[in-house]
Amino acid sequence: MANQGPAYYSPYPTAVYEGVITPPEGKALLLEDVVDEEIAMREIAKVMLTSENATIFPGPQVLYAYNEEAKKKAKLIKEMAEVLNCKMIPMYDYRPKYPKIDAEVEINPNHPNLTIWHNNIKAAIFIGVHCHYANVALKIVRAETDCYTVAICGLSGHEDAMATLRDQHSSELEKFIKIAREVKSELKL
Amino acid sequence: MAIDIYKINPEFRDIMPQEIIDLEENATWAEKMDKPRGIKELPETKELLEEHSLCAGCPEAAALRYVLSALPTPEDTIIVNSTGCTSLMFPHIALHTVHSLFGNQNAVASGIKRSLTWRFPDRIKDVVVLAGDGATVDIGLDYTLQSFFRQEKITTICFDNEVYANTGGQESGMTPKGQVFKMAPTGKKFEKVKMWELATTSGCHYSINMTASAPKAVAKAVREAILIAREIGPTYLNIYTPCILEIGLSANEGLGEMKDQDKDRFASYKYISPEAEAHLKKCKEEGLL
Repeated sequence: MANQGPAYYSPYPTAVYEGVITPPEGKALLLEDVVDEEIAMREIAKVMLTSENATIFPGPQVLYAYNEEAKKKAKLIKEMAEVLNCKMIPMYDYRPKYPKIDAEVEINPNHPNLTIWHNNIKAAIFIGVHCHYANVALKIVRAETDCYTVAICGLSGHEDAMATLRDQHSSELEKFIKIAREVKSELKL
Repeated sequence: MAIDIYKINPEFRDIMPQEIIDLEENATWAEKMDKPRGIKELPETKELLEEHSLCAGCPEAAALRYVLSALPTPEDTIIVNSTGCTSLMFPHIALHTVHSLFGNQNAVASGIKRSLTWRFPDRIKDVVVLAGDGATVDIGLDYTLQSFFRQEKITTICFDNEVYANTGGQESGMTPKGQVFKMAPTGKKFEKVKMWELATTSGCHYSINMTASAPKAVAKAVREAILIAREIGPTYLNIYTPCILEIGLSANEGLGEMKDQDKDRFASYKYISPEAEAHLKKCKEEGLL
């Protein structure tokens, strides 16, 4: 059992209770440290390339072709998965599943830990998930699993992820893919 | 954009579950239909309600299926609901839904309708309120009637099960006189509120009292009510969906109960204002009905 949260509502302390907050503009968050975006990208690529069953969880904002940016991001995320040698499991909507999800092929923000436990995922990227559900999912994953979580967020990032990249749009994703390729060749993978 | 949010990016098609692919390809989105949607497509197409967590045999679940199948343009419809058994189903439907505070649903729907009209002047956006009798007629009566007075262009559907069901069985204004429930042991002391008549006198252009025993009739009423609300003003449907649990029936007895009440408390009541009637005639000529 983890520590009691300061408010005693949750059995687990969330990141913000431990003084971790989202990074300022132009920066990224690695665990509790604010770092340059490029440093965080290199670390994320390294973790994803070297962790067991690394997985990308694309959310509704990139899964559906509702605007040009979403279509462009979809192509880049597919490329990212190929570069990082990881599989993808979709968080295709936020509806609770009844009676339960198929943890093999889907992830749900209301109980994301089930998918991570079932597939023994040790590192995961959340991308395209609406912030309010990313917050819920990342808190649960942080509390219940040993998975290294990465939030690639179009807005201000998520403190409950182990690594957070903020203000990420298609141009930033291209940059991340380029860095991931470099890290991959450095690691001789 | 409305229908585009159901189109899967080709890069992810191979990882999406079949139910989501079916939703894109085999649901009756109005944009893909060359005729009005209806319950006749239910057996062969993907339903907008994936699953539900209501009791086995609950008539409310069936009624919601009829309502969803009859929405003229689901991709441009926003459903506002309230706390109650219905709110257990709304998280499972593949449409935009807003869960308001208990009783506030017609006020919330008014705001949504007005802002959508301002935001999308060239597109028809339907706002449908769907709540139980407690939210519509008891605690939310003020908000419901005020929206009728203001002539808000929204459709209000009340799933009337005549009881506060999921809080253990308290009587509501819609409970018939003399009815005893677990949490109302002395029996209801006054008559059932005739909300459909109140709706008529409060300015609704279309008001109906019915049960959900006949799917086609429910679908027709929903469609007509929404088409009238688009152009003319507020519409109201009072649909009996009994709580089989609270009145002591088995899972297979809900339909029989509704059929019995077709001739009793829920004997058909229908009011259409003259301008609404003229509008429906026009809709028929245009093939919308």
